[in-house]
Amino acid sequence: MKLNELTAHELIEKLNKKEINSDEILTALDKRIKEADSKVKAYIRLDGSLVSNLQPTTYNLQPILKGIPISIKDNICTQGFNTECCSKILQGFKPPYDATVIARLKEAGASVLSVKTNMDEFAFGSSTENSYFGPTHNPYDLQRVPGGSSGGSAAAVAADEAVWALGSDTGGSIRQPASFCGVVGLKPTYGRVSRYGLIAFASSLDQIGPLTKDVEDAALLMNIIAGYDLCDSTSVNAEVPDYTRSLGKDIQGIKIAIPKEYFIEGIDKEVKEIVWEAVEKLKELGAQHSEVSLTHTEYAVPVYYLIATAEASSNLARFDGVQYGFRAKNLRPKTKNQLIDMYTQTRGDGFGQEAKRRIILGTFALSHGYYDAYYLRALKVRTLIKQDFDGIFNNFDCIATPTSPTSAFKIGEKTKDPLKMYLSDIYTISVNLAGIPAISLPCGFTKKGLPVGLQIMAKPFNEEMIFRVAHAYEQSTPWHTMRPKL
Amino acid sequence: MAIDKGTVKYVAHLARIELDAKELEKLSGQLQGILDFIDRLKKVDIKNIPPTSHISPIKNVLREDKPRQSLPVGKALENAPDKQGSFFGVPKVIE
Repeated sequence: MKLNELTAHELIEKLNKKEINSDEILTALDKRIKEADSKVKAYIRLDGSLVSNLQPTTYNLQPILKGIPISIKDNICTQGFNTECCSKILQGFKPPYDATVIARLKEAGASVLSVKTNMDEFAFGSSTENSYFGPTHNPYDLQRVPGGSSGGSAAAVAADEAVWALGSDTGGSIRQPASFCGVVGLKPTYGRVSRYGLIAFASSLDQIGPLTKDVEDAALLMNIIAGYDLCDSTSVNAEVPDYTRSLGKDIQGIKIAIPKEYFIEGIDKEVKEIVWEAVEKLKELGAQHSEVSLTHTEYAVPVYYLIATAEASSNLARFDGVQYGFRAKNLRPKTKNQLIDMYTQTRGDGFGQEAKRRIILGTFALSHGYYDAYYLRALKVRTLIKQDFDGIFNNFDCIATPTSPTSAFKIGEKTKDPLKMYLSDIYTISVNLAGIPAISLPCGFTKKGLPVGLQIMAKPFNEEMIFRVAHAYEQSTPWHTMRPKL
Repeated sequence: MAIDKGTVKYVAHLARIELDAKELEKLSGQLQGILDFIDRLKKVDIKNIPPTSHISPIKNVLREDKPRQSLPVGKALENAPDKQGSFFGVPKVIE
């Protein structure tokens, strides 16, 4: 096998035995990117050299990665290297600091690629079609989307154009592309991984997480990126266990809840069958499953599109042409105030359609006269959604669902009606609202050869249960060894 | 809840986003569709339910009031489209 086709844990073994050095991994990756990326377009701004430098810092991490490269989504700050959230309005931005996850990765010995992976602009999307640089193509079928918003990261990992990658997840943006591209994607518990240096979309929902070829790599990556951070006031000071200790355990007697609301109308028949087979597999491995009800599931999408857009309208107020990025020139005199014209025209020209749609919706939800009926109401329904999950976790170890109601759709299929796109997040969104951790891992393929994802959720700070169940399933199935034919 | 073009224009201005006539038309239609969908939240009984603005069990996160290293002025201005001395340059605000 070529070096770019291996997992990080396999590469660590070879590096430790001195069979290879990290330059060889980079060379293999570079070769693969040159070979495949003109078709997949997982990366953006692919000019110049791939790699950024190693720098030790102070997180008490051992440099076990010995130079293994990692690919990074374009909304995570890498000091001195362009980080633009795939938006015109942030073009040219070179962060003056590293995100905490980047500093931790460097301390652990990673080679952080300076070339970033493609995403929906500001993470607004479920298909990576909203990128200023154009869409990424699903390596399993180039006419289809890789999912979003971390579509570039997921596609790169699936196509062996990356060893592993970081993405971010606000309403499913790691898990859904993982399921569309047949890779593993984890959204950690809210507060588990520092958001310092993640360009914020929705501050009460965002989390950075791993996209990997197998569950072991996700556990390894979590060991490095998880942990309390003084620079993130929403970061929780809880001990980080060694997540690799959860691997290789049996799942005898593990109680799995199957929420009926995730298997009704709207789900593709093939996806439903494939996910059910996975649930039966878990039973074969010794787990027990029962049907439960997450009663407020039908309200998750409207609640999310009020809370997330409200928070986004606030977080994106800073993009006004003053401090960084694009600034409108040759201003059209619309008001008597040149500064206001600069703001409105910078933002009008610099933001894409979806960004404008969400910011305006969010501003509306927070505005005088509408705040109570929309935003405040959504916050209360959020409490009910969280309570639904708390209730289930009193009696069950984890919850299993499909990650997405469909497999990867065609590029352009859902772009005409924004609502249609929003509804594709239906199974992932509640997880962010409740702040719980969840993983998507491959559980089969449709007749057209498209990957299908199984989602496993657990209670807050119980990523160990997720790794345990996911690894047991993975190791008794062949999905994680499969790759697209490009 | 009906949202007319005048409201969308007003809200866009609050958000400091300029929309051309075509965008305003299209966006108003799309936002109406989204709000119609969101209206189903009215069915939920939220009596005595507290709002959740923060999902984790932590509050009042403070730190010692000790000065720490912060971004030097030069670095803070590095990405600025226009800078003058130690300031960000912007179009004239005051007559």
